[in-house]
Amino acid sequence: MVRLIIDDQEVEVEKDLSILEAAKKMGIEIPTLCYHEALSPQGACRVCTVEIIRKAHSILSTACTYPVQAGIEVKTDSEKVRKARGLILELLLARCPNVESIRDLAEKMGIKKPRFQTDDEECILCGLCVRVCQEVVGVSSIGFINRGVTREVTTPYQVHSDVCIGCGACAVVCPTGAIKIEDHQNLRKIPLWHTELERKRCKVCGNHFAPQAEIDFLKRKKDELPEDLFEVCPNCRRSELAKKLSLTKIPRSFYTKT
Amino acid sequence: MIHPERIFYQQVQPDDVAEIVSETIVKNNIIDRLLYRDPRTGKKIKYENEIPFYKKQKRLIFGNNVKMDPTKISDYILLGGYASLSRVLFSMSSEEVIQEISRSGLRGRGGGGFPTGRKWQFCRNAPGDTKYVICNADEGDPGAYMDRSLLEGNPHSVLEGMIIGAYAIGAKEGYIYVRNEYPLAVNNVRVALGQVAEYGFLGKDILGSGFNFTIQINRGGGAFVCGESTALIASVEGKVGEPRAKHIHTVESGLWGRPTNLNNVETWANVPLIIAKGADWYSKIGTKESKGTKIFSLVGKIENTGLVEVPMGITLREIVHGIGGGIPHGKKFKAVQTGGPSGGCVPEKLIDLPVDFEELTRVGSMMGSGGMIVMDEDTCMVDLAKYFLRFLQDESCGKCTSCREGIKRMLQILTRITQGKGEEGDIELLEELSGVVADTSLCALGGTAPNPVLTTIRYFRDEYEAHIKDKRCSAKVCKDLITYTVDREKCTGCLLCKKLCPEKAIEGERKEPHLIDQDKCIKCGICLENCKFEAILVE
Repeated sequence: MVRLIIDDQEVEVEKDLSILEAAKKMGIEIPTLCYHEALSPQGACRVCTVEIIRKAHSILSTACTYPVQAGIEVKTDSEKVRKARGLILELLLARCPNVESIRDLAEKMGIKKPRFQTDDEECILCGLCVRVCQEVVGVSSIGFINRGVTREVTTPYQVHSDVCIGCGACAVVCPTGAIKIEDHQNLRKIPLWHTELERKRCKVCGNHFAPQAEIDFLKRKKDELPEDLFEVCPNCRRSELAKKLSLTKIPRSFYTKT
Repeated sequence: MIHPERIFYQQVQPDDVAEIVSETIVKNNIIDRLLYRDPRTGKKIKYENEIPFYKKQKRLIFGNNVKMDPTKISDYILLGGYASLSRVLFSMSSEEVIQEISRSGLRGRGGGGFPTGRKWQFCRNAPGDTKYVICNADEGDPGAYMDRSLLEGNPHSVLEGMIIGAYAIGAKEGYIYVRNEYPLAVNNVRVALGQVAEYGFLGKDILGSGFNFTIQINRGGGAFVCGESTALIASVEGKVGEPRAKHIHTVESGLWGRPTNLNNVETWANVPLIIAKGADWYSKIGTKESKGTKIFSLVGKIENTGLVEVPMGITLREIVHGIGGGIPHGKKFKAVQTGGPSGGCVPEKLIDLPVDFEELTRVGSMMGSGGMIVMDEDTCMVDLAKYFLRFLQDESCGKCTSCREGIKRMLQILTRITQGKGEEGDIELLEELSGVVADTSLCALGGTAPNPVLTTIRYFRDEYEAHIKDKRCSAKVCKDLITYTVDREKCTGCLLCKKLCPEKAIEGERKEPHLIDQDKCIKCGICLENCKFEAILVE
């Protein structure tokens, strides 16, 4: 266990936590954009910047990557932090003036209009999509290319990727809504990744649901699941289950008794 | 150079050889016409150590380059090479080696200036049996080429240093990461590695001591950011060269997650010297906190350009006017940029500054890898800051918002200022951005990127203000703020500039004063350079 001070409160936490996680346990919210609890922290967006005082020496660092250390004092909302976080959000707002989540965070810091020439991007290069595809889904169909101001996320050679299963996890974790998934009739398109995949048709209702590629992937990954599970769309599966439950003779108390 | 007297002849042609042999070597006569003439005194100088360029230098590390063929290990051994290694392996323990390096006061020569002995100790103390040593030969600073010259001219000094360091730390494998743009250095290191292994100084059971160590060469891919230790390590691991947060230091968890000691080429080259002559001898050179010598690459508006090795603590005046021979063409010294894109400029009024780690940092600059770019009155300091920011924008890995977006916006502001579109408040905005970029960037590239801007504002604020308020560039560099015109009094109508102008912007007939069309003129300077009558005015 490690003892440290966060915002004048003393706290004792497990030693492998980051300052962000430790603060969360104390109910202190530090704003983030490129952080997700299921993925490795990167320290890319710099929004979670906090002040860390160690041996009378103060530095600014990202709370999501900095591990808790004995004897440090953390300030999540000091004057220094607010100035830094404010300018970082102003820079992000100048890059993405039409992204709601950034506008909201910036407004909380009192920033409405950036002092810089605005671009019109949606992606903040946080890397969450890349990380989820690599660390959770495990197919790594997207990654970063180029460096510096020309950096962007795309598929290898910027063409349709052979390994993208169209699961949409990237869109789920994206903090700005930059990744659009277009489901129309029998196709799922993810224009950013040049993905165009056939969607499976439900045996019961006839509507298209998940991409066939995603279903094949799930079958390979979890071959113990029943074959017919993937023949029916989630809506119909739910109705079928509801029907089964309503016909059951097992009383409710079986499930609720302690 | 004639040994042992060290008579210095220059611009020697093959036809001179016969005369040199018969006159100087046989009869001890000096051939006057081949001697160097000091442009300031007009006097001819006979001996190398009397030539101002060499007089104040202390070429302890570099000195051997002229005495050996880098592809012949026997040359190096004849100069005393590998004696330090032998001494270390057979009469010193690892701890004793670290103590000797610590006592010497050697600090990293790559830019960080971290005490080398302490770094070695941290790495040695880190838990784990597998450790690595790395030589950082990425040398990305524009204008810096000391590491290149060491690897090309005397790779053995670096190799010997690495083997000694590996022994001290307990590493069995080493890597030399050379930037891709140094093919000769890579070649000479490769040849040296082959010979070192052949002679038994590398590999299994080195010299029969029981110590095993091998070295591998890795080449960079053309990225300045890979000079940063964590980015370099990522590159060696086969990943994209991007830095990571250094909350856990590389000496504890570096290459493949193991304790790794990374040092610069010049740092490694100092090691055999310290072992040979001892920490006491070494620590007498230099200043209280900065021991030993430093190799600087002296470039820019200076009479004598080149790599100079001087003891720490020598003043800028001695380097610029003594060794460098002053500013050519009668121009005035304005400032010197030290530390490359991470450093800052030191103005003329601080010319008596002793050059060491602390003093340079105190005035807002830094030692860096040792680049020294000299500037005169024709250098625009705003344009200089813009140049470095453009470099850093290109080289930024782009991972973190602070560096990627911050540098971009700083560059936009600077560009506007040099175009005459500067606004009230621009300097303050640059200062504000500088503070946050420096404090919140993920790595030292972003962390030091504002330095050129901050130091030029600190010492040349008036130039920034002139650009913004008066739309004037006093150095006459910023193209949008200057005009080229023909001096009608001096112009003889020779038609030369008209013929040379790439934009066909000059009109006029023979023997009539010419006229420059301001709409077409791109201010390339060709007319100015070629006019024989000094009839082109730049205002």
